[in-house]
Amino acid sequence: MIEYIFKGGKRYWLTIGALALLLMAGAVAYLMQWNTGLAITGMSRDVSWGLYIANFTFFVGVAASAVMLVLPYYLHNEKAFRKIIILGEFLAVAACMVAVTFVLVDLGQPARVFNMFLYPTPNSILFWDMVVLSVYLLLNIIIGWVTLDAENKGVTPPGWTKPLIIISIPWAISIHTVTAFIYGGLAARPFWLTALLAPRFLASAFASGPALLILLALVMRRWGGFDTGEESLDKVAKIVTYGMITTLFFLLLEVFTIFYSQEPEAMKHFTYLLFGLDGYYGLVPWMWLSIILMCVSIVALLNSRWRRNPAVLSAVCIAVLISIWIDKGLGLIIPGFIPSQSGYIFEYVPTFPEIMIVVGVWSLGGLVLALLYKVVLGVRKS
Amino acid sequence: MEIDRRKFLQITGLTFLALAAKPAFDLLPRPVAANASSASQAEAKRWAMAIDIEACKEGCTDCITACHRIHNVPDIGNRKEEIKWVWKDSFANSFPEQENRLVESTFQGRSVLLLCNHCDNPPCVRVCPTQATWKRDDGIVMMDYHRCIGCRYCMAACPYGSRSFNWKDPRPYINEVDDSYPTRTRGVVEKCDFCEERLARGDIPACVEACKYGALIFGEMKPEMEVYKVISSNFTLRRKAELGTQPQIYYIL
Repeated sequence: MIEYIFKGGKRYWLTIGALALLLMAGAVAYLMQWNTGLAITGMSRDVSWGLYIANFTFFVGVAASAVMLVLPYYLHNEKAFRKIIILGEFLAVAACMVAVTFVLVDLGQPARVFNMFLYPTPNSILFWDMVVLSVYLLLNIIIGWVTLDAENKGVTPPGWTKPLIIISIPWAISIHTVTAFIYGGLAARPFWLTALLAPRFLASAFASGPALLILLALVMRRWGGFDTGEESLDKVAKIVTYGMITTLFFLLLEVFTIFYSQEPEAMKHFTYLLFGLDGYYGLVPWMWLSIILMCVSIVALLNSRWRRNPAVLSAVCIAVLISIWIDKGLGLIIPGFIPSQSGYIFEYVPTFPEIMIVVGVWSLGGLVLALLYKVVLGVRKS
Repeated sequence: MEIDRRKFLQITGLTFLALAAKPAFDLLPRPVAANASSASQAEAKRWAMAIDIEACKEGCTDCITACHRIHNVPDIGNRKEEIKWVWKDSFANSFPEQENRLVESTFQGRSVLLLCNHCDNPPCVRVCPTQATWKRDDGIVMMDYHRCIGCRYCMAACPYGSRSFNWKDPRPYINEVDDSYPTRTRGVVEKCDFCEERLARGDIPACVEACKYGALIFGEMKPEMEVYKVISSNFTLRRKAELGTQPQIYYIL
């Protein structure tokens, strides 16, 4: 089955080549970071997490969102997802790898990462996140590959995949919950100290992951000659719709609690994010762009005529991705650190090498995805 | 007993699983006899510090200089990558929850000496994924610069901003290297360690020794010790005590 990745048309090799080039560019930037240290990034003593951890959070969400296909398909026998399910599972694999890679590039001493296995520490949420992410990655590789292999051979998948599929459903919820606990368990950071963080993460994950899946399915249909079916796309788009509505609702809940209670420590962070604080407005245009895109995409998605138009749907899915990437990326990580514990505002601006490393990690995910989807195409065409 | 390939693989697999689970199992809390724990609590050493805000001389940085010199703390020269173990900040920034205009006007312009609080319930220790930071029995929150992977989770968890990260190699920024204390490598977190290396020799912390005004009082939390007496006989504040971290730096007003 793996042999399908070696034979492809011009368009396939161009895609692989372009992604490999971007990956190389990222690797060069990472080499700089390896030699100099994290000083080449925009992170500081006050804002000690930045673009890497923001992307990590976003891609854990994309990985977890595969459950929105697995659950209806395997538990409720939703036939419309029969052809798209494998795309969702392989997207989870690539997203999981991207998420883990973002943690790796964020480490000050990456060569020591195995200290996490050497000294397992159950009281650290980061330890548990590593455990649940590794298991989830394995689950999706095994489930995706074995079911596709069975399809390739024209047999039914082996029976032992069933329990794995069932386990993968709550496991998907767990990866994003544990990721939310990393932030939501810190009394030192009032911005994150809310039980709503895990539900908020899940809601936005169920919007962003399926939106990315729709885009990929549309690409596969247009250039790969593989159609997952009109009905599957419309059903996934409905999931995106309600994911977006819930995300906006949860954001408004936070805004109400913070601004009505007037608790000063928590309010400062939200003020910085939404309106700017003491003359610093770094995140304000970003966050409002995210909120506007949220509203626009909800309106567009609720209209079934627009939702079923591939051109409108792709535009909306891109809007959803940008909106959520800001909302649970920069907009979530940076205000946690601004103002600092002593009330100072030290703004964060990512540097060029930092952005190149992010692009490199994205292309790594793109490369993995392209190869996996090529196998899917090969199996389906034969 | 007949062992076929399938059985062999099963046993091998389980053995590896058990080996992998062993370190995690070792970490589970062990039951301790009740009387033993209460007896050791009475005898246990517990270091603490009292800082007299009014005695601390405005503009004086003797303690900071002494600390940073003997611990090879680099002078990076910019706020972004700053590394500091002890430093001064305004009263309002140090105690943001004391939003009381009278208190603030009394201490207006007064700066407060800040350092690691060596909390009894340290959130940084709770979050560290490799136990590179841990609390000793005598209450000192320690750092292992060789185990730290540089994830900076502890910096996110510390409510006091007491931790600094080595964004690059700190050695070129150390004015004069003191060979009696290790320098750090890039990519690890560092902070005040209550001069544990001096305490082991029977000396008091460098900042306490350097203070000419007697503003810093350090010692064990025992009724006969001076630090205990000043804390119990004065009105003191602790930074963000409402977070339940039980900081062991007491500020005398």
